[in-house]
Amino acid sequence: MTMDVLRTEPFVLNMGPQHPSTHGVFRMRIVLDGEVVVDFEPIFGYLHRGIEKIAETRTYTQIIPLTDRLLYLSSMACNHAYVRAVEKVAGVQVPERGEYIRVIMDELMRISSHLMAVGFFLNDLGSSVYTPLLYMYREREKILDLFEMVCGQRLTYNYMRIGGVSGDVPDEFMPLLKRFVAEMPHYIDEYEQLLAQNEILLARTKGVGVLPRDLAVNSSASGPVLRASGVKWDIRKADPYAVYDRFAFDVPVGQNGDNYDRYRVRIMEMHQSLRILEQAMKQFPGGEASAKVPLLLRPPVGEAYGHVETPQGEMGYYIVSDNSIAPYRMHIRPPALINLTALRDMVLGWKVADVIATFGSIDIAMGEVDR
Amino acid sequence: MPLWPFDNYWAHFAVFSIIIIIFVLLMVMVFIWFERRAFGPFQMRWGPNRSSPWGALQPVADAVKVLLKEDIIPAAADKWVHFLAPIVVFIPALLIFAVIPFHNGYGLIPDLNIGLLYIVAISALSVIGVFMAGWGSGNKFSLIGGMRVIAQMVSYEVPLVLSLIGVVLVAGSLSINEIVVAQDIPFFVLMPLGFLIFLIAAMAEINRGPFDLLEADSELVAGFHTEYSGMKFAMFYLAEYGHALAMSAVAATLFFGGWRGPGDEFIGVLWFLLKVMFIFFLLIWMRTTFPRLRVDQLTGFGWKFLFPLSLMNLFIVAGEVILWGEIPWWAIFINFGAAVTLIYLWSRLFKFGGGRVEVHA
Repeated sequence: MTMDVLRTEPFVLNMGPQHPSTHGVFRMRIVLDGEVVVDFEPIFGYLHRGIEKIAETRTYTQIIPLTDRLLYLSSMACNHAYVRAVEKVAGVQVPERGEYIRVIMDELMRISSHLMAVGFFLNDLGSSVYTPLLYMYREREKILDLFEMVCGQRLTYNYMRIGGVSGDVPDEFMPLLKRFVAEMPHYIDEYEQLLAQNEILLARTKGVGVLPRDLAVNSSASGPVLRASGVKWDIRKADPYAVYDRFAFDVPVGQNGDNYDRYRVRIMEMHQSLRILEQAMKQFPGGEASAKVPLLLRPPVGEAYGHVETPQGEMGYYIVSDNSIAPYRMHIRPPALINLTALRDMVLGWKVADVIATFGSIDIAMGEVDR
Repeated sequence: MPLWPFDNYWAHFAVFSIIIIIFVLLMVMVFIWFERRAFGPFQMRWGPNRSSPWGALQPVADAVKVLLKEDIIPAAADKWVHFLAPIVVFIPALLIFAVIPFHNGYGLIPDLNIGLLYIVAISALSVIGVFMAGWGSGNKFSLIGGMRVIAQMVSYEVPLVLSLIGVVLVAGSLSINEIVVAQDIPFFVLMPLGFLIFLIAAMAEINRGPFDLLEADSELVAGFHTEYSGMKFAMFYLAEYGHALAMSAVAATLFFGGWRGPGDEFIGVLWFLLKVMFIFFLLIWMRTTFPRLRVDQLTGFGWKFLFPLSLMNLFIVAGEVILWGEIPWWAIFINFGAAVTLIYLWSRLFKFGGGRVEVHA
């Protein structure tokens, strides 16, 4: 038999929009040569709800629940980014206690979101019966209990308000938070025992899906994806907001920008978040949690950009006000979507299994990618 | 060999065929239940506990549910191949039990003089069925799953067989019953390296645990059985656990001394069942713990790690057989030391590495 009888050709594999590992309705058009990815095209927009346009028809306070639906696994941070932008354009000063509450919520959110990110990443690697993910759900439950205590919600919190938060933390909150912060390092050690030296995990993640440092910067990636590539960039340090300049914490970075580094950076960031939480509890001031802000806020004509470091990266809102009760224009800087743009370069030449793993390591939420 | 129960060849054949079918179907139910119950504590949850005490009727509920589902044949499917695949996959799981002795000499043909060869041959058969399912479904995910199973079979059949040759050398026979009789010291103690290689290769052979590449639910949706529903899916499900049962039974028989154990003559069957359950528990344990290997790492692991080790194991065992004839009990220590040293040294030498291919796009 000659070789022209055994002719081979690449074929197109459509992964998604309905697929177990696309974290929603993401679609990947992959050209495969056997198992090797020779071309890759991400296609999204299946979950587009026009949140930016809807925002133009809502009052400033009514937009907060919309922001919950962006990065739904880290809604607190989305809330925070939005209210920061509005506070900037309206010139509202947030009381100290309110800022501390926001920091505590942000850091709890970061731990919870990173737990899910690592858990689902391992799921994508093929811990096919969900063991690591279920371990991480255990701690996430505790964080969700804390959130439920302050705002009554477990997923879409709608907790931050312009000028503060919707309500001060109840008295039972602090003791429970203290207990959580004391327990959590032990649980993180437990994951480390299960995962850190696992030969299969190392083989599947080290050197896979590398995002080089210059490409990461050029594609304006942010968050753990950028830091795993060795760039020390964190909005909490680079442009300190709320009261982040009062805490001592490190910004963990990776060296290679591979899947393993992204996973490690997230684990180390959880430790840093716990450090911040400890200090925030010690410094927690009294006083009012929120400033008095009219419900129908009419910010002066102007524009402002407010951003925070969400667990996924820099989320920003650009708000243009025309002195009416609704923004003239609201634009969202979506961290996960921008991180996703480098995916093609990360997966070319790898196998189908690595596409899923690399995609999982970016940690996206389709609610935010499609908006 | 006793022709139980009527001292008549045909009666013996009929009775044991029925016993094996009932045994496999029943044990598959037990296995499904056992695995789901065992997953519970591993994952800090209860596992099924609603359908009856300890969720014991859960497999029945599952079976009823799956049988009531519509049987869909995709338009792009090759109908006959699609239809036959689940049967081809399931039948070998039953056939293996023809040569497994449930008790001393009791079985369909436990003293078949090529018993081990028969097991090896039959256990490789189901791969054809899996590939038929992958090819016949007319789905790209299924096709990738089907291609993967071929790669997996080719790389793991070799270490599997080589590790079994060690057993044959020591026992001096291919007949399964003879091998059990020869195990005054269970073979997993006598040749730990051979047992480990067999266990890993068997896991890859039955496509479980970290080697479930062909259904890889996070990548390939459900791999080769993506396009199957209803009764045909149930057949695949049965086959998966049927093969796990068959391989557990083979491991229990060849390495754990099958029906042998302390106590009364008649509880041999219980010893056999206990050992099967123990092996299956090991499989469950590994399945819950490890992430999946990638396809090139899987084949690399088979060829670069298991294959040389199984060759060395064969050399050691063969040398001992030539040197002493009957291997003395203190050879356990030599073999154990050799296993630890070899695995350690080879794991230093062996690297997963690689994986990326330069593409021009």
